[in-house]
Amino acid sequence: MSQTNENAAASSAMDVSDEVAIQITNMNKWYGDFHVLKDINLTVNRGERIVVCGPSGSGKSTLIRCINRLEEHQKGDIIVDGTELSSDLKNIDKIRSEVGMCFQHFNLFPHLTILENCTLAPIWVRKTPKKEAEEIAMHFLEKVKIPEQALKYPGQLSGGQQQRVAIARSLCMKPRIMLFDEPTSALDPEMIAEVLDTMIELAEEGMTMICVTHEMGFARKVANRVIFMDAGQIVEQNEPEAFFNNPQSERTKLFLSQILGH
Amino acid sequence: MTQEPYVRTEMLSEQPAPSGQTGIVKWMRVNLFSSISNSIISLLTILVVIFALYEFLPWMLQPSWGAESLRECLNDPNITGACWGVINDRFNQLMFGFYPHESQWRPLLAFVLMLVAVAPVLFDKLPRKMVWFSALYPFLGVWLLWGGTIWGPLMVIAGFVIGVVVHKVLSNIVGSLAAIILSVLVTILWWLYGVGSIAGALSGIAPIGIAEVSSSDFGGLMLSITIGVSGIALSLPIGIVLALGRQSDMFVIKLLSVGFIEFIRGVPLITLLFTASVLLNFFLPPGTNFDLVLRVIIMVTIFASAYMAEVIRGGLAALPTGQYEAADALGLDYWQSMQLIIMPQALKISIPGIVGTFIGLFKDTTLVSIIGLLDPVGLIVSIQGTSDWNGIVWELYTFIALMFWVFTFSMSRYSMYLENKLKTSH
Repeated sequence: MSQTNENAAASSAMDVSDEVAIQITNMNKWYGDFHVLKDINLTVNRGERIVVCGPSGSGKSTLIRCINRLEEHQKGDIIVDGTELSSDLKNIDKIRSEVGMCFQHFNLFPHLTILENCTLAPIWVRKTPKKEAEEIAMHFLEKVKIPEQALKYPGQLSGGQQQRVAIARSLCMKPRIMLFDEPTSALDPEMIAEVLDTMIELAEEGMTMICVTHEMGFARKVANRVIFMDAGQIVEQNEPEAFFNNPQSERTKLFLSQILGH
Repeated sequence: MTQEPYVRTEMLSEQPAPSGQTGIVKWMRVNLFSSISNSIISLLTILVVIFALYEFLPWMLQPSWGAESLRECLNDPNITGACWGVINDRFNQLMFGFYPHESQWRPLLAFVLMLVAVAPVLFDKLPRKMVWFSALYPFLGVWLLWGGTIWGPLMVIAGFVIGVVVHKVLSNIVGSLAAIILSVLVTILWWLYGVGSIAGALSGIAPIGIAEVSSSDFGGLMLSITIGVSGIALSLPIGIVLALGRQSDMFVIKLLSVGFIEFIRGVPLITLLFTASVLLNFFLPPGTNFDLVLRVIIMVTIFASAYMAEVIRGGLAALPTGQYEAADALGLDYWQSMQLIIMPQALKISIPGIVGTFIGLFKDTTLVSIIGLLDPVGLIVSIQGTSDWNGIVWELYTFIALMFWVFTFSMSRYSMYLENKLKTSH
């Protein structure tokens, strides 16, 4: 099957619904006096896959960390899955259990086995019986293609395997939205591919995803929209083809020429 | 120099290591005689050890175990060193102080049961049901040591039951926080005002109990273990709470924790012990008889938990923030993430410090001799005061040092075992 056919087949499976998953309006955030996010407006529909890119320090990680309240925003509204993010702890915990997140440094729990890493939140947050949680965990470990590692500890796995476990751990909570914060930046080139494959598979199943990443190949292949951020603002957003082939802003052009230039 | 282009057609298989890389000779060559300076140091050290043993062993190995008094040792031409008769003669006292003879099975039983109670906490291979016994042990142990009516400890346990019931009932009526506060309040009131009178009434009806022993009769190693073990068991949880309090976002809790820790760490233990023995009497209402050993346990616990809190804070600080974030991102609440993610790792990092604090606490129990309690060191003075053993010094100190060493060394070995067991990276 040729590359374009595969893309076409994949995107037909990746339909975007009209239902809104995340709604961010006029959101602002400061670190002390430093204005990190300025007037962010972003609507993400269910099933949409968004890639956020931009130079380091542009606020892209901070943006997605605001969505599950790892960072607190000071102005504007964030509504996730119909629940508004406020300082109400109940709302925060509810949103966090619906939103999965993968980190640059995996952040697996080193004192627990792979299986325990995956069953912990379902058992304690969702109150799933242990046996059922283990079945779910094994299902997702098979999906990320490492069921045989279930009884090992994170320290015994390679970086790529750890990141796939981290994805499986999030999936065990059956999240409706997945956030990826530079999931491949800490990996060797050989391992980047295996993690991206897992993410692509996830996208093809219609998961709502927001990925902060520099993997432009991934963006072209699965994203419906690419967002370019600089200096705490959304500078440009467009469909991948148009974004890469015909960037509008000078800042975007410069960025793309720097990362695609060689 | 250029190299010819080269393509490997076969991958190499693994080979066993060359022979002669293992065994005692190899070990000695690597560890003792790897260089000239290392060899010199090794030889010197061996000489020092041999010299020390040469001087010390003859002193120790004396046929003096049967001696009845120091005079007997001095007059016996066969005895040229230690007069171990004192240990034999005063062994009972060194173990139990002035605890009544006919009741000494009680501290002994309490000690054995303590080992049983501690075992499932220390070794997770043992059946988990044993933890129930561990939970009951504090009441059983206190009852065995102090004696009195069985109703006392039973009514104290009943306090927990009452607390749980009150919480169950109230949590449906008022909020969960209010239910917790109220149930704790009811439990404390029950302990303060209910336990004494009801236990008294019940023992009037059914006088089940064992002879009461005043804590002024406690002494010897038994007293050290009582204070040490209580202090250890209590200071760890209190230390954890203080460490978490110090990290808390809530200003008042943080302020209280920091204040407590810094104040207690700034005061010598002796001061706290004097406070326990003398000053507390001024603050307590006249006529209250607050057990001295209990007061000392409280002070030792307070002292150790301040240190414990700082040790654990070190462990908390060593954890990457990613662990907190991952726990948050999965939707765990504060207590869940502390209990399941943060504390297991922080405690593991702090094991050497925690055990160090435990060992320090156990040895510090000898300070109670200064406020007149007869722990082993306190007993030395009274044994030296008798006409039989007037002038004896080294034998007693050596023996006591050995007793303490057995305990502290076991703790240290256990901590190494635990560190090894919890190692999950390879």
